[in-house]
Amino acid sequence: MTSLRTEPVAVSGAARPAAPRGRARRWTAFAFLAPLIVYLLVFYAYPLYRNIELSVHDYTPRAFVQGDPEFTGLENYLDILADDTFLRALRSTAVFTLASIAAQYAIGLALAVFFHRHFRLAAPLRAMFLVPWLLPLIVSASTWSWMLNSENGIVNAALQAFGVGQINWLTSPDTSLLAVTIANIWLGVPFNLVILYAGLQNIPGELYEAAGLDGAGAWQRFRRITLPLLRPVSLITLLLGLIYTLKVVDIIWIMTRGGPADASTTLAIWSYREAFGTGQPDFSPAAAVGNLLILIAFVAGLAHVRLQRREETA
Amino acid sequence: MNRPSEFTRASVFATAVLALSALTACASAPQGASGSGTASAGGSYTWWDPYPQHDASSAWAKRVGSCGQQAGVTIERTAYDTTALTNQALLAGQEGNAPDVILLDNPAVSTLADAGMLTPMADFGLDTARFDANLIAAGELDGKTYGIPIGANTLALYYNKKILDEAGVDPASIKDWASLGAALEKVKAAGAKPITFAAIGTEEGSFQFLPWFWGAGAQLTRLDSPQAVEALTLWTEWVKSGIAPNSVISNSQNTTWEEFLTGEFAFAENGTWQINSAAQADFPTGVVQIPGKDGGVAATPTGGEFITVPVQKDTARYAVTKKILECMTTPEGLVETGTTFAYYIPSTADGQEQILAKEPGLQPWVDAVRSAKGRTSDNLGTDYPPISEALWTAVQKALSGAASPADALEQAQAQAEQATGE
Repeated sequence: MTSLRTEPVAVSGAARPAAPRGRARRWTAFAFLAPLIVYLLVFYAYPLYRNIELSVHDYTPRAFVQGDPEFTGLENYLDILADDTFLRALRSTAVFTLASIAAQYAIGLALAVFFHRHFRLAAPLRAMFLVPWLLPLIVSASTWSWMLNSENGIVNAALQAFGVGQINWLTSPDTSLLAVTIANIWLGVPFNLVILYAGLQNIPGELYEAAGLDGAGAWQRFRRITLPLLRPVSLITLLLGLIYTLKVVDIIWIMTRGGPADASTTLAIWSYREAFGTGQPDFSPAAAVGNLLILIAFVAGLAHVRLQRREETA
Repeated sequence: MNRPSEFTRASVFATAVLALSALTACASAPQGASGSGTASAGGSYTWWDPYPQHDASSAWAKRVGSCGQQAGVTIERTAYDTTALTNQALLAGQEGNAPDVILLDNPAVSTLADAGMLTPMADFGLDTARFDANLIAAGELDGKTYGIPIGANTLALYYNKKILDEAGVDPASIKDWASLGAALEKVKAAGAKPITFAAIGTEEGSFQFLPWFWGAGAQLTRLDSPQAVEALTLWTEWVKSGIAPNSVISNSQNTTWEEFLTGEFAFAENGTWQINSAAQADFPTGVVQIPGKDGGVAATPTGGEFITVPVQKDTARYAVTKKILECMTTPEGLVETGTTFAYYIPSTADGQEQILAKEPGLQPWVDAVRSAKGRTSDNLGTDYPPISEALWTAVQKALSGAASPADALEQAQAQAEQATGE
């Protein structure tokens, strides 16, 4: 402003053609951004707002249709935290998520290293490992529940050949969480395999050659070269896996519906069941559970962003 | 630094394209929806039902279509799974674009009526007095009737005559739980599988458990009574001792029926809707009523759908809707629906006589439906769904060994009290 006053002619002369162009450019930029902003508002901000709104009201079916729910503040959240199901579901979510991503990562990495050796038929075999990814979930989950059926399942039939008695995989509270976790691990291996395999391609071959010349064995090469250089890819794989697995509903719902006796009820299953699973929709507690889950995933997401930034600056 | 910004620009562009296509999809969707006939599409009426197994070429779809034709309109029918239907109906009610007619599973009627979504039948001048009181009870709330049962079904025990003959069991000997237990033991000793039922953690599980629950003398208002514990203990012992397979915990009624059709099971608890399938089985079958604990016939729950009319903004539509309703609920209409479906017993005495004249073999089922009990009756209404959820949860806990029958039912009673606010 001061420069404008001291040298009005020179500045305004220079600025006049520039200002409209700048404004036009800003409008163009905004026009390009507008669809994105609209998209974010419609598909992210509004559902999120609605979810929070649902969770702080008491939406009975009547209130849902009439649109006159009672405002209850944080009551739904307090009810949920006090519910017996909460701690169980939290524990199951932790077990299901951590066991799934740990096993998916370990198996995925082992397979990636295996296929990295470029033997004959590596490509078609690797492609076959992607099948679980391509199958519709309703198909793979139903197949798993048939295979794990107590009386007629192939898994029990095979175990019986080794003298193991009937295991009620899906119908015993002791094993149902294990059963759905196994199925979920199988589903997640291809994703880990693909990402880690791509990561392996980026490690220069000379490093292995040099290490080999220095007398490093296979295990040492894996520990000293593969693992450290794969670190950024591994972190992203694990974090994405964490966020995906936290939200899993379909496979558990199809196999056990969270049962028996809530044994395989995770937070996501709990939320789904309250809202859509019983024929008696309870949207408000369901939204509250959903929001807790969003919070957990959000924290994981923040960790992801932070780690990524640290990797970039490093 | 050049590459990331190019990448960003490209991804912004890609997102913009995606957003635009999503928006256009959004913008065109409502047009499609109103085109399919809620607002003022004159000649077409929307109809939802819970029979996704019957596609557009099925006899049922034709039956619905012909009622539309008689009323001079075309009916656009959409089928949802039973649970999804309630959710879809509530969403549509909220958006104010509910269909003209919904066929609802009977416990859902009171839920939607309480939500203010349904029009009372009296507003159409439809006479509801001619329907069997025990059947129409599920459609009543606060003295008003919100739906008409287009038919009814209930449960009984189907048996495999071949297995019973081989085991030396006379089905007529089954009079109470003790004689049923003896029959099951005999079958087991003969090397066959005694019984299967559906104890899945859904409404189906409660539906299948209720004959035993009521047959022991228990009431839905008191889930942890000694009688209730007796009923749940009966089921639990069956699973523990291998009289019933462990997979009943996760089996639906359809799955258990498939098991029965393999010919390996002596008994299966199943419904009216399997009459045709039982007749076509590879082995001779028969039906006995589910016995009460100390004899007599246990009250079985009524199943079956109610025809209901959601509230419309455009009340001029009701005149045609009334014609569609009449077509579905005249005695002749009820019989036609019953025979189309092969699993509906008409809900009026008139209709029952007419269908018996056509198919005398249905007599045991007509008797069963007459003595059946509505799940929402005993003045439970909208309290029934949460009570039922507590009940099926208890069944799941006891059968899977997570809790004893007494403990499971005690927790269920607490859960039900909390949910119904008592």
